[in-house]
Amino acid sequence: MTRTLFDHIWDAHVVQQLTDDVALLYVDLHLIHEVTSPQAFAGLRREGRGVRRPDRTLATVDHNVPTGERSLPIADTVAARQLDALGSNAREFGIELFDLDSPGQGIVHVIGPELGATQPGMLIVCGDSHTSTHGAFGAFALGIGTSEVEHVLATQCVVLAKPRNLEARISGSLEPGVGAKDLILALIGKIGTAGATGHVIEYTGTAVQALSMEERMTVCNMSIEAGARAGMVAPDDVTFEYLKGRPRVPKGDSWTKNVEQWRELPSEPGARYDTQVTLDAATIGPQVTWGTTPAMVADITARVPDPARLAGAERRAAERALEYMGLAPGTPLQGIPIDRVFLGSCTNARIEDLRAAATVLRGRHVASRVRAMVVPGSQRVKAQAEREGLDQVFRDAGFEWRNAGCSMCLGMNADVLGAGERCAATSNRNFEGRQGRGGRTHLMSPMMAAAAAIEGHLVDVRGW
Amino acid sequence: MVSSARRPFVRHRGRVVALPRQDVDTDQIIPKQFLKAVDRTGFGANLFFDWRADPNFELNRPSARGATILVTGPNFGCGSSREHAVWALAEYGFQAIIAPSFADIFASNCYRNGVLPARLSAAEVETLTRNSAGDQYELVVDLEQQVVTDDRGFEAWFTADPYGRELLLRGLDEIGRTLLEEPSIAAYERRHA
Repeated sequence: MTRTLFDHIWDAHVVQQLTDDVALLYVDLHLIHEVTSPQAFAGLRREGRGVRRPDRTLATVDHNVPTGERSLPIADTVAARQLDALGSNAREFGIELFDLDSPGQGIVHVIGPELGATQPGMLIVCGDSHTSTHGAFGAFALGIGTSEVEHVLATQCVVLAKPRNLEARISGSLEPGVGAKDLILALIGKIGTAGATGHVIEYTGTAVQALSMEERMTVCNMSIEAGARAGMVAPDDVTFEYLKGRPRVPKGDSWTKNVEQWRELPSEPGARYDTQVTLDAATIGPQVTWGTTPAMVADITARVPDPARLAGAERRAAERALEYMGLAPGTPLQGIPIDRVFLGSCTNARIEDLRAAATVLRGRHVASRVRAMVVPGSQRVKAQAEREGLDQVFRDAGFEWRNAGCSMCLGMNADVLGAGERCAATSNRNFEGRQGRGGRTHLMSPMMAAAAAIEGHLVDVRGW
Repeated sequence: MVSSARRPFVRHRGRVVALPRQDVDTDQIIPKQFLKAVDRTGFGANLFFDWRADPNFELNRPSARGATILVTGPNFGCGSSREHAVWALAEYGFQAIIAPSFADIFASNCYRNGVLPARLSAAEVETLTRNSAGDQYELVVDLEQQVVTDDRGFEAWFTADPYGRELLLRGLDEIGRTLLEEPSIAAYERRHA
């Protein structure tokens, strides 16, 4: 039987078939962070269990960390206790930790690829739903709960029923000013928040092949917002070029041997997917969300939809969303005024994202009504941007230049929206209260967020 | 011998509260400011924290007091993988959640915390939502038979993930069970060294 990329990775990781469709699978890389791991370590301690493979486990602090000044003690004592807990757990169990003062600290899904720890063909897990990001390398990477984190720490394995396989074929090519974020938002808008539930998405087609590694990460990152267990892109020369020379990838002969093996991973010709969706990249314009799920999204040239044109539960959901967002049906999306801009998150805070936003900002200044911040995805991204002088472009434009972390994507630290504040955000979730209680989030690409910062309202970045 | 991690879930009779919304995400179930804890307890009081500020919110109604079964819309538990959402629901008292569909990670977290995510059709969920509009509506959720019934003749068979069902029925210590596979895990590691 011909097999897909996902079949190849799945089959290579089965330790034991438990039932017809449930298997015990071996985990190559386990990423952990401060928020979803303390209870797992407590469980190990309670049962007198150890960490089976600390050498395959990598920890960083990201969700809870302050992104401002770092030389002072952390003001939030509850957050500090959680950060300390990860430090002592890592020490006790011999796990490598990128702590707050480490130059390698950053969002877990940014530093894995940055280190070259994320590699094609791997099974990667993390107690975070955006673990799907790593699938951009042709890995099977999925988010898990804390009970499963404990299971992986103790056994280096995860128990899974095999998900189905969905091919999302994106044909054609994206027009200038339209990028990976627009592509994935348009796809989620098409298939819905549960369109890929129970599935692993493989993104294929010319528009996907043409994406850079970082753009592929943006696409795979948001697979979870369509309900998918994971997202992936077949590894190719773009992947190998990105990985070559990174700290954790094999060197010399074993690099060559690895690349040969990785070339065997893509789906075989004629391999069958359980489900298929197609989208023509040329039809995608810059996307912005208008509601409270990532699927409530439209082209920037569109208007806020009228719930009266929908039926039943969809209608009630849209009405509720517009009430929360403080938007009237029929309002043009272009022109909706904003108060805040957040350029950051595991979706869009890598160096290419910062470069793209800087291109828009160079020589311009943020509108007087807007408070804007950049939170690089990692301290290495931050350092790279500073070498390129991007920090100066952002500062000159009136942006706050921060340290790395998840920051206002989920607002666990001090970076939050006030009630009623409207934000142009490059992150991944526009749920009610996600960025702060009563806060209103519009998701978009880094270029669109930068343009919105300048104009003080949502605007079409094409032609800038 | 694998020990039990928790009380098995076989059959549950309890009061119902309906929350007829779709795409209820885990940020709503337990907002981020409560994720800083290092324990598994203390989340129940903050379940649906933002929504509970509204006196008309479904869980604030007198008829919802003591509810142990939540009937809700499709894609329940979407978004963040935070298991804290299930800890909050369980600590509040919910033992079963009935919806047309669940987000994958959320359902997986339920099975590992003794909470049953039971899938019924949208029409059946709507019937239950209507039935629960009065006071004191109770359901019996039988996991062995995979059936939901009430005292008025409602009867519907639900689907549940077979592996998750086993975890619930046996209250299994999953890690203890996997550790029995140690020889297979070690053999896998040798093959891939």
